[in-house]
Amino acid sequence: MKFTLSWLKEHLDTDANLTAILEALTNVGLEVEGVENPADKLGAFRIAKVLSAAPHPQADKLQVLSVDAGNGPLQVVCGAPNARAGLVGVFGSPGATVPSNGMVLKVAAIRGVESNGMMCSFRELELGEDHDGIIELAEDAPVGQVYAQWAQLDDPVIDVSITPNRQDCMGVRGIARDLAAAGLGTLKPLDEVVAGLPPIMPQGAGPDVRTDDAAGCPAFYGQAVRGVKNGPSPEWLQHRLKAVGQKPISALVDITNFVMFGLGRPLHVYDMTKLSGGLVARKAKDSESVVALNGKTYTLTDGMTVIADDAAVHDIGGIMGGEHSGCSDDTTDVLIECAYFDPEHIARTGQKLLLTSDARTRFERGVDPEFLDEGLAIATRLVLALCGGTPSEVTRSGTPPKVGPVVGYDPALAETLGGLAVPQEQQVDILKSLGFTVQPLDGNGDPVEMDEGFEAFRVTAPSWRRDIDGPADIVEEVIRIAGIDNVPSVPLPRTPGVATPTATPEQKLERRVRRAAAARGLNEAITWSFLSEKEAAAVGGGDWTLANPISEDMKVMRPSLLPGLLSATRRNVDRGASSVRLFEVGRRYFADGERATVGFVLAGEKTARGWQTGKAQAFAAHDAKAEVLALLAEAGAPVANLQNFGDASGAYHPGQSGTLRLGPKTVLAEYGVLHPNLAKQFGLSGSVVVAEIFLDAVPLKRKSGFMRAPFTPPALQAVKRDFAFLVPEAVEADALVRAVKGADKKSIVDVRLFDVFVGPGVDEGFTSLAVEITLQPGEKSFTDEELGAISAAVVKAAEKLGGALRG
Amino acid sequence: MTETTALKSGLLADIAAANNLAAVEELRVGALGKQGVITALLKTLGGMSADERLEKGPAIQDLRESVTAAIAERKATLEQAALDARLASEKLDMTLPADIGPVGSVHPVSQVMDELAEIFADLGFSVATGPEIEDDWHNFTALNIPETHPARAMHDTFYFPDVDGAAQRMLLRTHTSPVQIRTMMNQKPPIRIIAPGRVYRSDSDATHTPMFHQIEGLVIDRGITLGHLKWTLETFLKAFFERDDIVLRLRPSYFPFTEPSVEVDVGYTMVNGQRVIGGSDGWLEVLGSGMVHRKVIEACGLDPEEWQGFAFGTGVDRLAMLKYGMTDLRAFFDGDLRWLKHYGFSALDVPTLSGGVGA
Repeated sequence: MKFTLSWLKEHLDTDANLTAILEALTNVGLEVEGVENPADKLGAFRIAKVLSAAPHPQADKLQVLSVDAGNGPLQVVCGAPNARAGLVGVFGSPGATVPSNGMVLKVAAIRGVESNGMMCSFRELELGEDHDGIIELAEDAPVGQVYAQWAQLDDPVIDVSITPNRQDCMGVRGIARDLAAAGLGTLKPLDEVVAGLPPIMPQGAGPDVRTDDAAGCPAFYGQAVRGVKNGPSPEWLQHRLKAVGQKPISALVDITNFVMFGLGRPLHVYDMTKLSGGLVARKAKDSESVVALNGKTYTLTDGMTVIADDAAVHDIGGIMGGEHSGCSDDTTDVLIECAYFDPEHIARTGQKLLLTSDARTRFERGVDPEFLDEGLAIATRLVLALCGGTPSEVTRSGTPPKVGPVVGYDPALAETLGGLAVPQEQQVDILKSLGFTVQPLDGNGDPVEMDEGFEAFRVTAPSWRRDIDGPADIVEEVIRIAGIDNVPSVPLPRTPGVATPTATPEQKLERRVRRAAAARGLNEAITWSFLSEKEAAAVGGGDWTLANPISEDMKVMRPSLLPGLLSATRRNVDRGASSVRLFEVGRRYFADGERATVGFVLAGEKTARGWQTGKAQAFAAHDAKAEVLALLAEAGAPVANLQNFGDASGAYHPGQSGTLRLGPKTVLAEYGVLHPNLAKQFGLSGSVVVAEIFLDAVPLKRKSGFMRAPFTPPALQAVKRDFAFLVPEAVEADALVRAVKGADKKSIVDVRLFDVFVGPGVDEGFTSLAVEITLQPGEKSFTDEELGAISAAVVKAAEKLGGALRG
Repeated sequence: MTETTALKSGLLADIAAANNLAAVEELRVGALGKQGVITALLKTLGGMSADERLEKGPAIQDLRESVTAAIAERKATLEQAALDARLASEKLDMTLPADIGPVGSVHPVSQVMDELAEIFADLGFSVATGPEIEDDWHNFTALNIPETHPARAMHDTFYFPDVDGAAQRMLLRTHTSPVQIRTMMNQKPPIRIIAPGRVYRSDSDATHTPMFHQIEGLVIDRGITLGHLKWTLETFLKAFFERDDIVLRLRPSYFPFTEPSVEVDVGYTMVNGQRVIGGSDGWLEVLGSGMVHRKVIEACGLDPEEWQGFAFGTGVDRLAMLKYGMTDLRAFFDGDLRWLKHYGFSALDVPTLSGGVGA
């Protein structure tokens, strides 16, 4: 909400300077977002008179002017069509900066003729859109004076952010009231502010207006003024509206805006000659439509409140008027509407139509329901003052809702809730200055005097404070005016001793896995939770699609972390990265919940070319497995008991991927080479291996004290033996390792596969697999017979899989 | 000079003159081997009478010991020389680079969340979580934001399509505040929690991204006032920025779920053209907060006459930027390795109270 200092002072009698006012605004909760004095950048522009104008010798469209800006004639080249001798305008001398484009004026030759400055247009000075010619001022404007001073532009524009609860501050007067309460002056009585306006001498009955929609429009007041003369509003009004960013339209329309911005009271004016019959506030009929003042057509639906005559809809009630019945320069008879629209109705209609307006912003917050008569009267008096005419009586249909909530309030709450001890008398003063009434009550709830000893206050909020509905609101009013920044800090009570741990097992799991991945050389990224439909489809499709995505690329909640990481990988590759190790810890989103997941992508070079290692080495499928196992181990998963399965999702190369499970159904991770189709979709070439670890499936460690299982290192050294088997190629390494391990569960403590060979010396259809087994003797060393028996058992286990010991 | 003495001086001279290990070995065999001269002399001892042995024995023994020692010494000298020569030939260029392997990193948002958890754990706050796909009731209604409330316009909400028969419209949470509701409904007071996580708003420009991170704090207890809120925020910010000169400015504001509501600014100082938290040259808006609204407490099934407390919320990404100096929020979600390596943290930068939470 913007306003000027002079507008504020129309309502606030104050000696405070601008700095004090700005500080007070922020302190009472009206946050200052900006302050700008248009005169600041116009100091170098003076009123000047064109003494003579002659054609430019070299250019048809230019003229050579002689200009007096107070210090005698200067030669100025000018291209404006309206430049002529006798014109009084605004001149920028060399050194001045043109506000619209930042250009610094200097003495320069234009087509061979020296020019000593510039005659300016409104647009060049950022004072309007007019650029058809240079500014033309009244002939008697004082030549040589700083233009901004003369034009009263030396008036700071203050922009404050009004929170949604403060409908009363959507007008300058409400802001003035808050400042007065904060001790920055006195709020002038409204009668005094409008004292200069002519009184209303009504003639004839009020206009034919009524409300048939008591819910949407509980009150509809109207007053007609006949015989008005519309046209541009006077300079002071135009200036005021322009200063706050409003475009002046015509006197009648400008009056409604002046009342709205000044007093927070939206109004609407109709050209009566364009209406057929009376005006009714009613519910819209389905598919009725109206061309609004912004030129757009809105199709209305049942439930929206409109103002219509016998023929058509003329107003989207409380939001925007219609083009057809709007006032123009020809308007002679005007109907002024002053209605109360229900905030909830306004909000719903505005949301449905996606239509915002200054009126909606105010009605939806709730305008003062006791300010219909006065608001209408002020508007009518302004019409009389600026456009003349004869006023009718006021027609009043319906009644505005009764507000002014009554709250029982214990003044001790300022301290027990608000943390600030404010003396009772000061609390009463603050509340009164904001328009509240305060009645002390005794223990029986009967009114008493302040000094008679009271139990609580009965506080009645003013009609403009719809937001007040409980004692906490009263606390807020008291402490925001008393100074919320004065609240002293009070330590939270602390449990004695060292702080106890608070992290849950899930949180600790995520933290461990994250730092383990970083320790293993992976870089953590955070990617969007949403994907395009195409990306989501590539990983099986998502369960959640946004109804109002910000773009098609951010539409479906991700069912996998891979697409986001692959897109990030692609961006890194495009930036020249030769090796990418990215991981993310985040959620996947499904119909039945959100699942904690780790995803990673390893792409490009695993090791760069090097003097020790030779050529660069690419990532391979089993590199993904290594990371998965390492991270699962850190996550506390029983890595030794995990089962290798195939059946990774379609995102993976079907022959170079796998899953790790705890039992056949619980999948802890899937990993492998990215499916070439996905690699192509994400613009990646070369080796890309990926994985996802499903943290929600990892069994959480239960805390069972800190004691470890008892352990003493065995006295005897372990024995190692190597075996090489020829196995049918369909037999997977894991099957052989498990079979061998099972050959003697007591003695064989480890089986490590260390060689895989296919080629010369190995029959077609077979693979040579070599394993090293570790045997741990117990009390006594193994005898040759025992070792022989174990070896035989190992060979036999391999033979069951179709394997044969290599000779 | 006896024969033995002559033999000794001859052998010792030969040993000293031997210039390779083979020559030393040859001398050893010649003297001490099975057929060696000293071995032969030792053998004569057995055939001697006791008197003769007493007379010649010591000299022969001395001969054997001296020669054995001389051979060992010579051998060691020659071996050392050979080793020195080999080592001299094995010189490597130790200025060649060594590969330390890939260096990973933790994202600043994760790091800051860990820092916050550490600080608030000391103040007795635990970490709570909730779903990001929320229903209308938890995100708005229970927080005293009815459907037509203008405050809903402040949240540019991402919605999911209406489902026929569904009781609630689903949406992406616009703030972490629904976790307040879930906590109050599932846990008996006193409550002290923080709730960090992803939140979403339909907003995108230089300083806004459609997804970002917030952290919510909630205290519900008896006799909690705005003064406790102020202390908590001061204490937290002092610990987070590891500075004692943190100055807060409280401003009245409005959030539907708190009353009174307070916007909190933190003072900064200009250092080399950058805003550094601490001091009060200027103010940065960092937190929204207030005393939990009675209606919210009631909506969660608690008695507002008995329980009151405060809530606050702030942007985790923003805290990270203020502490570590990043300037572009969008870079947080780009996954640019150059950025991650520059602004990221070592796996071992685990925030601790003893070591300081910052890294």
